[in-house]
Amino acid sequence: MAFLTLKNVSKVFGNTTAVEDFNLEVEKGEFVSFLGPSGCGKTTTLRMIAGFELPTSGIITLDGEDITYKSPNQRNVGMVFQSYALFPNLTIGQNIGFGLQVRKMPKEEMEKRIDEMLSIVHLEAHKNKYPHQLSGGQQQRIALARALAINPRVLLLDEPLSALDAKIRVELRLEIRRIQQEMGITTIYVTHDQEEALLISDRIVVMSQGLIEQVGTPDKIYNYPSNEFVAQFVGQLNLLPITDVDLENGKCLLAGQEVRFEHTPGRIISESPRLAIRPEELQIGTGEGRNALKGRVESALFLGAVVRLRVDIGGVFLSADFFNERSRTLPHSGDEVVISFPEYSCWVM
Amino acid sequence: MSKNNSFLTDQKRDARKARPSSNSWRKWIGVVPFFIFALLFILLPSVNILAGAFRTNAGRFTLANFAGLFEPSILSAYWVTIKISLTTALVGGLLGFLMAYSVTVGKLPKAVRNMLMTFSGVASNFAGVPLAFAFIATLGRTGLITLILKNVLKLNLYALGFNLYSFWGLSLTYLFFQFPLMVLIITPALDGLKKEWSEAAENLGATRSLYWRKVALPILTPSILGAIILLFGNSFGAYATAYSLTGGFINLITIVVGSQIKGDILYNPGLGYALAVGMVIVMAVMMAIYYYLRRKSERWLPR
Amino acid sequence: MKRGSFWSWLWVIIGTLYFLLPLISTFDFSLRAKKGELSFLAYTRVFTDPNFWATMRFSLLIALFTIFLSIVLIAPTAYWIRLRLPKLRGIVEFISMLPYVIPAIVWVFGAIRTFSGTPFFLTNTLFGTYVLLTTGYVVLSLPFVYRSIDVGLAAIDVKSLTEAAQSLGAGWGTILFKVIFPNLKVAILSSSFLTLAIVIGEYTIASFLVGIKAYGPYMSMIGQNKTYESSSLAIISFLLTWAFMGVIQLLTRGKTSGSSMAGAR
Repeated sequence: MAFLTLKNVSKVFGNTTAVEDFNLEVEKGEFVSFLGPSGCGKTTTLRMIAGFELPTSGIITLDGEDITYKSPNQRNVGMVFQSYALFPNLTIGQNIGFGLQVRKMPKEEMEKRIDEMLSIVHLEAHKNKYPHQLSGGQQQRIALARALAINPRVLLLDEPLSALDAKIRVELRLEIRRIQQEMGITTIYVTHDQEEALLISDRIVVMSQGLIEQVGTPDKIYNYPSNEFVAQFVGQLNLLPITDVDLENGKCLLAGQEVRFEHTPGRIISESPRLAIRPEELQIGTGEGRNALKGRVESALFLGAVVRLRVDIGGVFLSADFFNERSRTLPHSGDEVVISFPEYSCWVM
Repeated sequence: MSKNNSFLTDQKRDARKARPSSNSWRKWIGVVPFFIFALLFILLPSVNILAGAFRTNAGRFTLANFAGLFEPSILSAYWVTIKISLTTALVGGLLGFLMAYSVTVGKLPKAVRNMLMTFSGVASNFAGVPLAFAFIATLGRTGLITLILKNVLKLNLYALGFNLYSFWGLSLTYLFFQFPLMVLIITPALDGLKKEWSEAAENLGATRSLYWRKVALPILTPSILGAIILLFGNSFGAYATAYSLTGGFINLITIVVGSQIKGDILYNPGLGYALAVGMVIVMAVMMAIYYYLRRKSERWLPR
Repeated sequence: MKRGSFWSWLWVIIGTLYFLLPLISTFDFSLRAKKGELSFLAYTRVFTDPNFWATMRFSLLIALFTIFLSIVLIAPTAYWIRLRLPKLRGIVEFISMLPYVIPAIVWVFGAIRTFSGTPFFLTNTLFGTYVLLTTGYVVLSLPFVYRSIDVGLAAIDVKSLTEAAQSLGAGWGTILFKVIFPNLKVAILSSSFLTLAIVIGEYTIASFLVGIKAYGPYMSMIGQNKTYESSSLAIISFLLTWAFMGVIQLLTRGKTSGSSMAGAR
């Protein structure tokens, strides 16, 4: 049996279903992200694991023990909140020691543990300061240290980085991952940021409107999205209208030009089929491979490392990303270009 | 380039000159009326009282007026007033806190909260003469509640020693505006308690009572202290309610000062000044205690 | 979570009873002016008493002058402090809190002793006592009027608004009356109504300065010899307070501003 399991878990608020039939097994030491837009039920699920919400139905087990209705202060899971939720009236040291004091840890041992946690998050110098004297990023590290100090069975993080500046966010997500791997702690991470989820997780649970859309490793989610929602939510995607779809031979027409694709049997094709391809799979101007589409540059956005083109293929617009090269002149709007891509990089849905 | 630059600085200098107020006497003109008013109508009467307290009728310096404060009847007037103020501030504070707690943390329906806030706003401002009338009609000798208790529950309040015109009667009356004031002051503070704090505490294994002792109450302490001092002053300076309720026959310091103004009894202007100074001293001491406790309790607040 | 526990309900019910019982008792009492039946006789008597209307008018007028004076005095000061003289903030705040330390009875004592003699002689003329009464009420309302306006100013970006107006060519009059004050409307109005509620029935200062000319002392006098009428007066006062507070609540839309702390008891 997996370390943390959720079996048929549902949560109904009044007449809205926040989470519906949620099933998941998390192995010990695994880092799992819940990814989805706001209101998709990811936070509610996390709060059910923490015990702040009780499931309407279903069972949650942790380390073989049914914790579905156990009160939050008996679960021994650590939680990190979006708003840090440090106790403003206690010093950094007292904040980290709060859970230890509850557990009646002897004073000396407690101080040692606090120092140890402070060194893990590299904030040894701030032990006697109050939370308001620290920056947002530092406060969130302290919150992390506080949650980890009690040696929790599971670490729960509820959008821990979304209140922080972009730069701190990038820094801190790597640190969270490092600490998680050092301590080998089972972690559930809630986020709406796909980049964050891809970078940090062992597995991702993509959710939408209370339902699980897909569970898988980051590369599986990105390269083999199981449906349109996942494909669109994780990364950028061109979805282009096509006609004359010939599944058997992997052929279709896009704005009058033939496109070949590799069809995975069993994939569900909608009534108005579309060709899906990620912008970074497209190449410009080579014409190699079998798929080559003629078009005209509508706009070219220079983003630094990446140049993003919007190309008009006979009335169908697609966006293509390619890396900037110093020696290459940028295409201009109005330029005639050929967009090419190998047939295995696209799929029909 | 350099030409351009000097042009810019010139303009800057001009702009500074053109500003209507920078570093000139004109800058102060906006606050002069307020300070004149404060000087005339707050400071001057206060200084006058203070000076009068150290003067004999003939205008010489004396400390005898303050010696008068230690007469038993006056000491007891101070003491009773302080006792009533402390009692109603603490009881009203507690009751008000519990009610504010009920509608915020206690999650009573929004409608109950709105009702409570409305009546607190009204009741905290319903004081003085009409309040005295209301309590006479309620708990006076022929008051409705007195009669109901007597006729229905066979409980004769007045035979049991209760008297509306006494310490406890006055306290009950003052409580009518005290606890609603507490509700008004402390509700926003309770709203300021973040849900995440209690969840974080719970998540770390704390019980609710531990969360309240270690986190919520310490965070609320500055607000509670401020509210209590306000409630204290509210009772301490109360004159109209007490005077209308008892007709001046209760030994409160406000009543004593009032009769000094009228020159009713033991007319002694010097003593009157000293009495007034004494009242200000009591309030100032309370304020000092408040600031001390507050400073101690909010070390953690950003400054 | 459960919707409110037993204890929560209990405290609110106790508070509500504490609030309602005196009102019910007083209302009941006010209806018993005619022996053996319930009637509004006490109210008719009050409303047909010319002194009721005269004192009410007097107190209302004084209240209006008080409101005018305190706004004119405090609003520009608070604005100016925020804009140009933040150094003075501490001292102005301290002054505005002084009336909490100086009880009304002490103030009136000091005021009479100060202004009745040389060089002011304010209490020698009727007009002089009215002026003194008004200033007394301005002092009394200073803490909450200042706080309310200061909170209102904090909510708007005074500096940017002023600079924007200046850059569009506005003079100081235009800035104050067309830009700043309109944005303070809620703060000014709500503190005005609170002042009104407090001044109308105020007793302590009025009784020593003008006696039964004012509504507070008038009520007190009625209370000394007419039992039922005093109850009806209490109910009328209560309804007045309720009305003023209702206006404030409408204005502030339930937001608790600083303007909840009241005046003389």
